Amino acid sequence: MASDIVPAIELRHVTKRFGNRNVLDDLTLSIPARQGLCLLGRSGTGKSVMLKHIVGLMQPDAGQVLVEGKDIARMSRQQLSVTRQRIGFLFQNAALFDSLSVGDNVAFPLRRHTDASNAEIVSRVRTLLEQVGLERDYDTMPADLSGGMQKRAGLARAMALAPPILLADEPSAGLDPITAAEIDALLIDLKRRLGTTLVVVTHNIPSARAIGDELVFVHEAKILARGSPDLLDRSEHPLVREFMRSAGSG
Amino acid sequence: MRQRLIALLEIAGDWGVFAGRSITEAFRPPFEGREIVRQLFELGCRSMPLIAAAGFAVGVVLSMHTRASLARFGAEALIPAGLAIALVRETGPLTAALLLSGRIGAGIGAELGAMRVTEQIDALEATAVDSFKYLVVTRVIACVIALPILTTLMNFTGMLGGYAAESAVTSMPLRTYFNAAFSLIGFSDLIPATAKTMVFGFIIASVASYLGVNTTGGTEGVGRASTKSVVTASILLILANVVLVKIIFFFYPA
Repeated sequence: MASDIVPAIELRHVTKRFGNRNVLDDLTLSIPARQGLCLLGRSGTGKSVMLKHIVGLMQPDAGQVLVEGKDIARMSRQQLSVTRQRIGFLFQNAALFDSLSVGDNVAFPLRRHTDASNAEIVSRVRTLLEQVGLERDYDTMPADLSGGMQKRAGLARAMALAPPILLADEPSAGLDPITAAEIDALLIDLKRRLGTTLVVVTHNIPSARAIGDELVFVHEAKILARGSPDLLDRSEHPLVREFMRSAGSG
Repeated sequence: MRQRLIALLEIAGDWGVFAGRSITEAFRPPFEGREIVRQLFELGCRSMPLIAAAGFAVGVVLSMHTRASLARFGAEALIPAGLAIALVRETGPLTAALLLSGRIGAGIGAELGAMRVTEQIDALEATAVDSFKYLVVTRVIACVIALPILTTLMNFTGMLGGYAAESAVTSMPLRTYFNAAFSLIGFSDLIPATAKTMVFGFIIASVASYLGVNTTGGTEGVGRASTKSVVTASILLILANVVLVKIIFFFYPA
C-alpha cells in the first residue's frame, strides 16, 4: 500500500515561462494514485504544458515534477525510459506516426517495450482498437481517418502498455456525443478495473463530471479552484461557476 | 551584420554538436537495425532510378564533350579512359551527392519537420523511444552507407551512357570499351573518391536532420526546413569536396 501513499504525480512550485509570459506560475499540485483528475480552464492557460512536464517533454524553469515519488529532472535516461513506459500519453492532436498504419501505431509501444510474440501483439492491438471502436481500421493509415478517429487511435496507443498513469489531452474533442460518452466510459473502466491514475485535460464539463474524482480549474498560470464537481459548482469564483454551468463543446 | 554572423556561428556550433552526437550515439545500443534497413530502402533504393538516369545522361554528355576535344588531337582511343577518370574521380561522387542532397536532404528536412510540428517526435519520446537515435542516427547511418553505393551506380551508368554515345559514332564493342575505360583506373582513383561520399552522406543527413528536428512555425516552417536543408547541404558538400580532394591528393599524389 506504500505506493498509494506516495502521490502518483506531484508538481512542486513549478514555473514555466515562454518568453516573458508565465505559462505555469509557482504551481503546486498533488495527484493521488488511482484517481481521476480533470484539468479545466480556458484555452492557453497551461494545461497541456502541465501534461508535457509530467512526462518530461518539458522541463520547468523552477520547481520540481515528481512521478511516483521520483524527480523527473534527476532521472537517468534509463530511469526516464522506465517511467515513461508507465505513463500513457494521448496528445491533443493524437500525434499518430503517419508512416505507420493505425494497427502499427498501437502496436509500436508493444513492439518496443515487450517481448510479446507478433500474434500476441496483434491480438492485443485488435482488442484495444475494438475498445475505441476502430476494429475495422487496423490497416488504415492515419491520414485517412477523421480527427475524432485519430484521437481514438491515439488513445488506444496510449493504453497499449496498460500504464498505471494515463494523461489525456482533450480525449473527447472532435467526437460525437455518443462516442465521447463511450470514451468516458472506457477511461472510467480503466480507473475502476486497473486502478489507472487519470489526468485528463478537457473542456467538456459532462465528461469532467463523469471521469474526475477531482477537478482542477487553471487560470492565468495558477490553480484557481480544486475539488469535487459539486464543490466547483458552488465555487466562490464566478469564472469557475460559469465554466461549470457550460455544457462544454469537447 | 555582426549579430547575424554571431547567430550563424551559433547555428554552426549547434549543428556541430548535433552531428557529433549522431556519431557517438551510432555506437551505443540500441542500434535500431530494422529502422536503418527501412531508411536504406527509403533513402537508398528509392534514389536508384534518379541516380541511374542522371548517371547515364551525364555519361552521354561527357562522352560527347570528350570526343569533341580529343578528336582534334587524333586521340579518340583515350575517350573511354578519359570519361572513366572524370566520372570516378570527381563527376560521379559530386554529382550524385548534389542530386541526393536535393532528393534525400529535402525529404529528411520535410519529414522530420512535419513530425516536429505535429508532435510526432514528442510522441516518440513519450513512448519511451530515444527520438534522436530512432530518427537521426538511423538516417545518418543509412546515408553514409547509401552514398558510396549510389555513387558506384552513377559511375557505372555513366560509363554505359558514354558507351551509348560512343557506339552511335563508332562500332566499338562493349567489352573493348570497358577494357579501355578501366585501363587507366586504379584503386587509388576509385576507393578514396568513392569513400569520400560517406562524408557527403553524413553531411546531407546530419544537416537535414538538424534543420528538420528544430523546425518551428507550422507548415511554413516545414517548407523552410526542407529548402534550407538542400541549400545548406549543397554548399557544405561543395566546400567539403575541396578539402577532401586536397586530403586525397596528400595521401595519393597523382
